[in-house]
Amino acid sequence: MCLTPCWVNITTTIINMTENIFHLFEYEFFRNAVFAALLASLTCGVVGSYIVAKRMVFISGGITHASFGGIGIAYYLGLNPVLGAAVFSILSALGIEYVSGKTNVREDSAIGILWSFGMALGIIFVFMTPGYAPNLMSYLFGSILTVGRTDLWLMVALSAVILIFFIRFYHIILFIAFDEEYARSHRIAVNLFKYIIISLVALTIVLNIRVVGIILVISFLTIPQSTANLFTNNLRQMMVYSTLIGIFGSLSGIYISYFMNIPSGATIIFAFVMIFGIAKAIQVGRVKWGIRKQMEK
Amino acid sequence: MSEIVEIRNASVGYSDDVVLRNINLSIVDQDYIGVIGPNGGGKTTLVKLILGLLQPMQGEVIYHSNNKENLIGYLPQVSQTDRSFPITVSEVVLSGLMSAKGGYGKFTRSDKARAVEILEMMGIIHLKNKSIGELSGGQMQRAFLGRAIISEPRLLILDEPNTFVDNKFEHDLYELLRKLNHKMAIMMVSHDVGTITSYVKTIACVNRNLHYHPSNIITQSQLTAYNCPIQLITHGDVPHTVLGEHHHHDHKHD
Repeated sequence: MCLTPCWVNITTTIINMTENIFHLFEYEFFRNAVFAALLASLTCGVVGSYIVAKRMVFISGGITHASFGGIGIAYYLGLNPVLGAAVFSILSALGIEYVSGKTNVREDSAIGILWSFGMALGIIFVFMTPGYAPNLMSYLFGSILTVGRTDLWLMVALSAVILIFFIRFYHIILFIAFDEEYARSHRIAVNLFKYIIISLVALTIVLNIRVVGIILVISFLTIPQSTANLFTNNLRQMMVYSTLIGIFGSLSGIYISYFMNIPSGATIIFAFVMIFGIAKAIQVGRVKWGIRKQMEK
Repeated sequence: MSEIVEIRNASVGYSDDVVLRNINLSIVDQDYIGVIGPNGGGKTTLVKLILGLLQPMQGEVIYHSNNKENLIGYLPQVSQTDRSFPITVSEVVLSGLMSAKGGYGKFTRSDKARAVEILEMMGIIHLKNKSIGELSGGQMQRAFLGRAIISEPRLLILDEPNTFVDNKFEHDLYELLRKLNHKMAIMMVSHDVGTITSYVKTIACVNRNLHYHPSNIITQSQLTAYNCPIQLITHGDVPHTVLGEHHHHDHKHD
């Protein structure tokens, strides 16, 4: 009865939404947000795949939270918070890498200490700084819709460095990650590579804190990668797939964020988890289907 | 026949624990050395010393080659690998060439062709695009052995190659090693003395120190004299040497 009008209604809504999206591109803040999402997906797609493959998620969590200490100190000294976070998180990343090379220290405990100490330092210094720290919330929860040109250029530079490094040394990175001792027996400069990679992990974390925030950056580094890992066991493919999943998920998140007026960090992660859930269901379904087919034979 | 690696009066261990004291060993081309000894006696430490993963606290390890990178192929213990790591079988084999490429180069078409050859030789060519976690214990050992020999090293070191594998694979492995031995020296670490002695040419008994025995026949009394307490195990369905209290003249090899 109402078939035609309903259909027209839905179409109109879709056309309106599409128009809205194109309309949004007229705003610089929205263009920046989309660029930021693309660059975040790329950097996290590559670095995050390495983190997931190497089981370094907890270390990455530690570096992420430790960087808050750098933000606090930078506020106190009146410096650029991103710079403070970068220096602080690279130092703590190198520290963790150094400690984990020593057999007599329990690595996970060391990370736990650094994790909480960084947060504590951040809070101490922010509260010691006179006046109100206006952007603090955006560091904790991220705000992709306020990403500026400087942030974008920094992310472009980081993306270039990561791409060049990972493409040029892909196999060596893969082999060291898979079997460090074997690489050492081949007299590869394993430590040098590990220090470079952990520094890139730290920089990736710091620059993406602007996009999704300290609390949520770890999901950018792990959810698209775990989704990709459902369908491939090849590190290179994992990097490509998780970048694409990251782009799709973060753009959906931004869209939801804008129209429902919810912080973008949360909506992006929500989109990621939805994609992961659907992918997992598809994968489980495929496995079950495969088993049933085998049983019928 | 020339020397490949020479250990001279070396002591080695970890920060506060000297595992091996004052050991001497010379490995020459065509050697096939079985390394036996109790758990914790220092077998793996010896391997790490030769590989350069551990530096001697005293004494020295001398490599008789200009090309240090391609000198040694290494098959580590299976238990050390992360089975869910996203790497394919052919990538694993290819990784044996990582230092042959001057360390950091890219792989050429001929490297990849070489990897295919090795995969065929190991009988796992049909698995080349599988990830390492999808393999059985024996298949995985084949892949790791492929990695160890792809660079055609002068010395192949195997650390407990017969753990977690079936008898069929073990037999194939020893046959393969016998062939490889024409091209490279082999050093095989094993807890399974009964099996090892029928394949190797000489025996090194490692228990905090190292006793080199230039024959593959070793008796219980000799083991006791070396202070090398090992359980002797024999297998029924593979060729083996029965060890016991018998008198023999030392066999001269080479």
